[in-house]
Amino acid sequence: MASNNASWALDKSNLLTTEEMAQFVARGFVEFEAVVPEEINLAAIAEFERTGVADMVRPKPKSGAPLSDIYPDPSPIGQMLRLDRVQGIIHSLVGLDAVYDHDWVHVRESGDILDQYLHQDAIVDVTRSFDIQLFWFPHDVVPGGGGTGYVPGSHLRRVNQADIARYQNFSGQADFSGPAGSIVVFHQGMWHRGRANHSETRRWMYKIRLNPQSPQVRRWNLDDYDAVKGEQSDHIFGTYDPRAVSAKFRTPEPWFEFAASRLETVNRARLWRYVTGDETYDSDWYLTRTASREALDGGAR
Amino acid sequence: MSTRQQVLFLYLASSALDAPVVAWSEYDGAGEGPTPPVVAHPSAPYATGVDALRDGWRLIQASALNPPTPGHERDLSYLKHEFIFEKLVD
Repeated sequence: MASNNASWALDKSNLLTTEEMAQFVARGFVEFEAVVPEEINLAAIAEFERTGVADMVRPKPKSGAPLSDIYPDPSPIGQMLRLDRVQGIIHSLVGLDAVYDHDWVHVRESGDILDQYLHQDAIVDVTRSFDIQLFWFPHDVVPGGGGTGYVPGSHLRRVNQADIARYQNFSGQADFSGPAGSIVVFHQGMWHRGRANHSETRRWMYKIRLNPQSPQVRRWNLDDYDAVKGEQSDHIFGTYDPRAVSAKFRTPEPWFEFAASRLETVNRARLWRYVTGDETYDSDWYLTRTASREALDGGAR
Repeated sequence: MSTRQQVLFLYLASSALDAPVVAWSEYDGAGEGPTPPVVAHPSAPYATGVDALRDGWRLIQASALNPPTPGHERDLSYLKHEFIFEKLVD
């Protein structure tokens, strides 16, 4: 059952685990501390300082360019993207045949006390297939130092860009902080914002959006898949395996409304069906019971 | 200076006004300087909507309970249970 792309040449340890993939499905992000070496981080900061904070003059690829073709050497961005660990993360989520959408160097100046309005990038999206946005922090970001703020678990809500600007604070909201060379990968739908920078230093962050070109199915390291996949019959009010991925899908974020929490579980299960290719997967029987009733009379209302 | 309005948005975990606060926003018509308020790591100003009432906030709007859009019953979008409060200050 468990097999990866046969052409995969890198060590499996560079791929996401099933546990990490399930977190991405449930919460919309995965985070990796200090995966980019210092020399690449420093080279990137030097390049960003040369090209300026507005990021309008830096030569960029064309949208739709294959990931494998962009930023050829010498390029610190290209060096970052071609690290084995980064390639493994990208492959797990969108495949190495993904194409470049766009990128941007984001700056939060020291002493900038204003938060950016909360927003979702691009436009309202309705597909199960998804883009990723990879955020690279090439220097240490201290708490309060302008790290990107985000709302874990917001990625499956269908909203349109800055229409969520009214929302200022959430129970369970998060701000990135961490060591130089850290990478955070968001599902396309994650609600996020640049945060105020109360530190003494300018905060640089490089973001790149990638579009998948082939189904995003079972590209990660599946060694732990059978141990945590659970059973279709797992039900919180019946019997279930507490080690299974469904535990992540039924865990509400602190800001979930009571009733919406169950719909979030369903939407997470639908996304898990896509990335596993298992259209029988379920968490707490919600999808299964509905499908069995619909089969009785063609789903008539 | 005329009477000015302070506005508090509380997003609750259900349609009940005594449900827990899950998100919140504040706009101060009596304040000065940039908005929104600059607070690095704020916590919820009240545990529930009723706690805001008991502190003198006047409820001026509550979200309607609208039926789901046919065909999109399981879609989730904006926060559903928005309660808007005001205080008037001179």
